[in-house]
Amino acid sequence: MNFSVVTSQFWALCLQGVALGLIYSLISLGYTMVYGVLRLINFANSEVFMVGTFSILFIQVSVLGHAVNVDPIHGIQLLGALLLSLVGAMLVCALLAMLVELVAYRRLRAHGTNRLASLISAIGTSIFLSESFRIFTHSRPQTSPRLLEKWTFGEIAGANFRIDTVMAIVASIAIFFALDQFVNRSRLGAAIRAVSMSEENSRLMGINLNRVVTLTFAIGGLTTGAAAFFYTTIYENTQFNVGFNLGIAAFTAAVLGGIGNLRGAFYGGLALGLLEQFASAILGSQWKAVTVFLVLVLVLLIKPSGIFGEAVQQTRT
Amino acid sequence: MINIRDKGAEIWETWNRPKRVAFVLISIFFAGLLPFAADWGPTSFLNTPITSFQNVLVYPVGMFILMALGLNIVVGKSGLLDLGYVAFFAIGAYSQAILSTKFGWSTWEVLPVGIVIAMFSGMLLGLPALRLRGDYLAIITLGFGEIVRIIALNSKGTGGPNGVAGIPNPPAVFGFKFDLMHPEHYFWLVLGMILLVVWMIRRFTVRRPGRAWEAIRQDEDVAALMGVNTLVYKLWSFVIGAAVGGAAGVLYASKVMVISPDMFKFDVSVLILACVVFGGIGNIWGVILGAGILAYLPDRIRFISDARQVIFGLVLIIMMNLRPDGLLPRKKREKITEKSKK
Repeated sequence: MNFSVVTSQFWALCLQGVALGLIYSLISLGYTMVYGVLRLINFANSEVFMVGTFSILFIQVSVLGHAVNVDPIHGIQLLGALLLSLVGAMLVCALLAMLVELVAYRRLRAHGTNRLASLISAIGTSIFLSESFRIFTHSRPQTSPRLLEKWTFGEIAGANFRIDTVMAIVASIAIFFALDQFVNRSRLGAAIRAVSMSEENSRLMGINLNRVVTLTFAIGGLTTGAAAFFYTTIYENTQFNVGFNLGIAAFTAAVLGGIGNLRGAFYGGLALGLLEQFASAILGSQWKAVTVFLVLVLVLLIKPSGIFGEAVQQTRT
Repeated sequence: MINIRDKGAEIWETWNRPKRVAFVLISIFFAGLLPFAADWGPTSFLNTPITSFQNVLVYPVGMFILMALGLNIVVGKSGLLDLGYVAFFAIGAYSQAILSTKFGWSTWEVLPVGIVIAMFSGMLLGLPALRLRGDYLAIITLGFGEIVRIIALNSKGTGGPNGVAGIPNPPAVFGFKFDLMHPEHYFWLVLGMILLVVWMIRRFTVRRPGRAWEAIRQDEDVAALMGVNTLVYKLWSFVIGAAVGGAAGVLYASKVMVISPDMFKFDVSVLILACVVFGGIGNIWGVILGAGILAYLPDRIRFISDARQVIFGLVLIIMMNLRPDGLLPRKKREKITEKSKK
C-alpha cells in the first residue's frame, strides 16, 4: 500500500490513465459494436488488435525500410510514415475483422444455432491467429522502430505531456466523435441502430443484414487498428499474446460502460484506464487486474446494465 | 443429418432392465481396459509421442472429461456461460497441495475438504454473479478465474510463481498403488469418478433440479413465473459444477506432484468449454466424446509440435461450421429454441 503516490503523482497518473483508457475504449468498440448488433462476444477481436500491431511493424520496417534502432525522423517524412502506419493498420484490422466474420460467424448465423457455437468458432479463430504469429515470431517480443522523437510539450503539475500521449488522446477523441456522428446521423448508422433494436423488423424494412453485420465488424476493426497504432507508438513493442490482456481489459471496459452502447465504451474505457493506473500505483501492478474485476463486480451488482446503461431493449439477453 | 444420440436413445428405450445393466457393465469393463489399448497391435496407433498413452489417458483425457462433465452442468444444463471454470480446478489443486505438504493430510482426507472449499467458493462467486444475465456472468466468471490465479501467483502461502512441489501421491487402497509406475490405477480412479458424476447428472436430470435447470435454460422469466426459485437452482448448478472441478483439482495435484499458477490459465477454461460445445452441449455422451477427442488430439499430434495449436484452432472453426450443435447433439425435444439466442 502506497498512498503517497496518489498525492505526489496525481496528474501524471491521470494523464497516463486517460491515454491507456482511450486505447481500451477504441479496442472495446470492436466488442461493443458487434455485441450491439449480434448479441455475440467477438472473441477474436483481441487477436485483430495483435495483428494490427504487427502490421505496423511490417509497414515501418519492411515497407518503409526503417531499421529497428533508427534515428527519429522529422517533418513531412515523419508525418507520412505515421499516417501510412495508422491507415495501414486500420485497413488491415478492418479487413481481418471482416474475414473473421465471414469464417467464424456467417455460416453459424445463417443456421440460427446457439450462441455458444459461434463463441467456440471465434475462440478457434483467436487460437489460430495468435499461434500462427507465435510460430512466425518464435515467441519473441518484437520492438518497433522509434520514428517519432518523444519530446514533451511541457509539464503541468507533474504530468508530462509527451507527444505520443497527447497524439493518442486527441486522435482517439476525434475518432470517437466521428464514429458517434456516423452512427447517429448517417443512413448506414441508422441501419446499424435498427438492426441492434430488432433483427427481424429491420430485415422486413429492407435492410441488408449481412451488409450491416460486415460493416459493424469493419468499424470495430478500424478502431481496433487505430488502437494498435497508438499502443505501438507509446509502448514500442509487441508480442504474439499482446492481445490477451488488452482484449480482456477492453471487454471489461465495454461491460463497465454498458455493452452495446457506443458512448458507454468511451467512458468505460476511460474509467478502466484511470482505475488501472491508480490501482497499480497504490497496490502494485500485480494486483491491478484483481482490483479492476472487483470494481466491475461491484458496479454490476449496483447497476447491472453498466455505468452508462445499455439501450433498454438490450438489457435483456 | 442423422442424430446418433436420438438413434441410441431409441434403441435404449426398447431394452429391458437386465439388457441395460449388462450393456452398462460391459461398457464399463471395456472402458477399464482402455489403458492397455495401445499395447495391442491393431490399435497401437493410439500411442502418443513423448508422454505414454496411459498417462495421457489420465491427464489430460480423463481429467478433461471429468471437468467437462462438471462444466456441462453449468453451461449445458442450466445455460449459464462460465468462462472461469479453471478457478475451481485450481482451488482443488491448491487445497491438496497446501493441506498435504503443510499439514500432512493424505489425498483421501483432502478430497472431501477440497470439494467443500470449491463448493464454498462457487457459492461465494455465484451469489453476486448469478443475479446477472448472460454475458455479464461470462465476464465475471472470467475475472474470477484470473483472480484466483493472480492470488496464487502473488501470495506467500501458495509458493508464488514457483508453485508447490513435493505433493505426495495418494496412499494405496486395497493394494492398488498410486505412483509413477501405475498410471492405469489413476485411470481407474478417474473412471470411477466420471461414472459417479454421470450417475449423479442422470439422477438430477429426471428429478426436480434437472427440470428446474431445463426451465431456466429455456426461459428464465417463465421459469420464475412458474414458481421455480431461479437463483437457488442456478446456485446449485454452479456449486455442483464447482464440486466436480474441485475434485478433479485435488486428484490432479496428487498425480502430477508439482503445481504452479501457470497451469491454471484462462486457456484451460476455454479448452474445457470447447470440450463441452464440441461434443454436444447438454448431452453427457457428447461431452465425454468431445472432451476425449479434444484432450487427446493435441498430444497425439505433438510430432508437428509447433503447428499443433494452429491445427487445434482450425479444427474448432471447421467443426463448429459443420456441426454447430456438436458431435452428439442433445435430444431433439430439449432443443426448443433458446431465448438467449435473440
